[in-house]
Amino acid sequence: MELVRRRPLLTGIAGLLLLFVFLGSFPIVPETKQAVIVRFGKPVRILNQYKPNHPIGGQGAGISWRIPFVENLVWIDKRVLDVDMDRQQVLSTDQLRLEVDAFARYRITDPLRMYIRARTPERVSQALQPILGSELRNELGKRPFASLLSPEREGVMENVRAGLDRVARQYGAEIIDVRIKRADLPDGTPLDSAYERMRNAREQEARSIRAEAAKRAQIIRAEADAQAAKTYAASFGKDPGFYDFYRAMQSYQRTFIGDPSDRPSPSTIILSPQNDYLKEFSGRPR
Amino acid sequence: MSILSGLGARARGLFSDTKGPWGPTGGDEPPPDDGGRGPWGEPPKRGRRSSPSPSGNIASFEEFLRRSKARFEGDGGGGGGFPGRPDRSIFMWALLALLLGWLVFTTFHSIAPEQRGVVTRFGRYYTTLGPGVSLTFPSPIDRVQKIDVENIRVENLPSQPDAMMLTGDQNILDIDYSVRWNIRDAELFLFELADPQETIRQVAESAMRAVIARVSLRDAMGDRRGEIEGQVMESVQRVLDGYRSGVLVQGVAIKRADPPEAVNAAFKEVSAAQQDAQRYVSQASAYAQQLTFKAEGEAGAFDKVYEQYKLAPDVTRRRMYYETMEEVLRRVDKTIIEAPGVMPYLPLPQPQKAQPPAEQGQ
Repeated sequence: MELVRRRPLLTGIAGLLLLFVFLGSFPIVPETKQAVIVRFGKPVRILNQYKPNHPIGGQGAGISWRIPFVENLVWIDKRVLDVDMDRQQVLSTDQLRLEVDAFARYRITDPLRMYIRARTPERVSQALQPILGSELRNELGKRPFASLLSPEREGVMENVRAGLDRVARQYGAEIIDVRIKRADLPDGTPLDSAYERMRNAREQEARSIRAEAAKRAQIIRAEADAQAAKTYAASFGKDPGFYDFYRAMQSYQRTFIGDPSDRPSPSTIILSPQNDYLKEFSGRPR
Repeated sequence: MSILSGLGARARGLFSDTKGPWGPTGGDEPPPDDGGRGPWGEPPKRGRRSSPSPSGNIASFEEFLRRSKARFEGDGGGGGGFPGRPDRSIFMWALLALLLGWLVFTTFHSIAPEQRGVVTRFGRYYTTLGPGVSLTFPSPIDRVQKIDVENIRVENLPSQPDAMMLTGDQNILDIDYSVRWNIRDAELFLFELADPQETIRQVAESAMRAVIARVSLRDAMGDRRGEIEGQVMESVQRVLDGYRSGVLVQGVAIKRADPPEAVNAAFKEVSAAQQDAQRYVSQASAYAQQLTFKAEGEAGAFDKVYEQYKLAPDVTRRRMYYETMEEVLRRVDKTIIEAPGVMPYLPLPQPQKAQPPAEQGQ
């Protein structure tokens, strides 16, 4: 206490230091992190290690302890992490190219191994990135182009995942899944020829639509003609002789007079007195 | 002020209850130097921020002890005499108020109806608070993270605006879509994914690509959109559940699914052809209808006439003949040539003018 009175500033600082050391000895481990406790560079304990199907809020996270100055804490993410691959050109067995963009999700399951092999999750990501690319190229390169479009269907992605997982295990990580985000035709010839093909297909479609419609129209007309013929036949067939006469009368009228709407230039008819119409003209007896 | 002082006493009681977390720090603190000033000179127990001032007027350790003893068993609330030096006292009061405020602030949590409060006790997940007012331990022990779980977020995809997708029939589709999601389990959402939003975007893109790669261009642009949306939604949800993300996908909506710009003209040609086709057919139908009506009309007329004709065939026939001839010959120029073998002078257009009076006839 003498000391406190004489050197208040010094003791204050000392007190603060002590406090920090004290607090530092009881680190709080959050749910989102795992920690490796390293004693003089040698990992001794793991805090809050990931366990599969372990509910959050169980053992693991919370307040912990360490020996100050002697033990160091290395924080490692416990959550699901992401490896993004650069776009890769994949060549199918039928020599067609596809540009593939994929990602993998992983989790550090063995922080100790990860700490020894890679030190940080970032370096795990960096290590996995090229392997993801090559696994994908290998797996997809064994297949024809058509099946590259939906590789999920044939278990390709599971193969890639398993291949990547083998490598990830060495870093204490576990690959949850690998998924293809995009698969596109490369710019230039492949894309242009695809466009060309689409264009041709559409033009062909347009042509066939027109042809089909023309066919249908023709059939509709023909059917109508047939129907009309049938109607006429049913009606006129009752007395062909009378029809002939009746129609002739109509025809004369129409030919020589025309419809009232369009008057043709007047016709001239030359008649012989022998004509049936003029038979009474000469006044001869019947 | 006396009310405040009473409050202060109560607050002090509260401190001694919750001393736990700060307990170790309390002992290092030198007492305030103006003794006998009652309890109000007491610094807060968690006073490591208040640096001890030069304490020259504390005579000895005994006096310090005596004073602190007096303080602890002293007449708590009745401190009538206020500190002579107001600056110090105000400082203490402010500190106390701050402490109190902070305590109230960190123990009472009002959770809005759309929120959940995720409580972590020393970092470990403890519980999730529902809407309403809840009590927790104060801040360093319990920490509450409020998360809006009801708010529906919308991710507009694809990330690159000019991104295309390959369909199952190896055509290229220009597609815009969105994913709506909210949070189902706030604690999973907080603790399981490093970057939930980016994860959702990536998973949605991948799921949409996978589904589009299984359908034809026509289906993707046309009737099966709804089906595609459903499949994508289901697939995204399944993958996110696999990550234990605590995310609930509310829906996937295809906003636009068009052919790429480069082939748009050809697609327009198709719709033009479709319109042409429609026109062809409707024209033919119109023709057919006209023809049918005409046939029915003529046949009907014939039938009517024939009915009458049958009753008196000869007379009707003659009558019709004469009527028609009358009608015809009345309106045309007529030439009657008597002698057989004598040709009329043709062509006739010239004599036509003079003819009406020349010859007669009815």
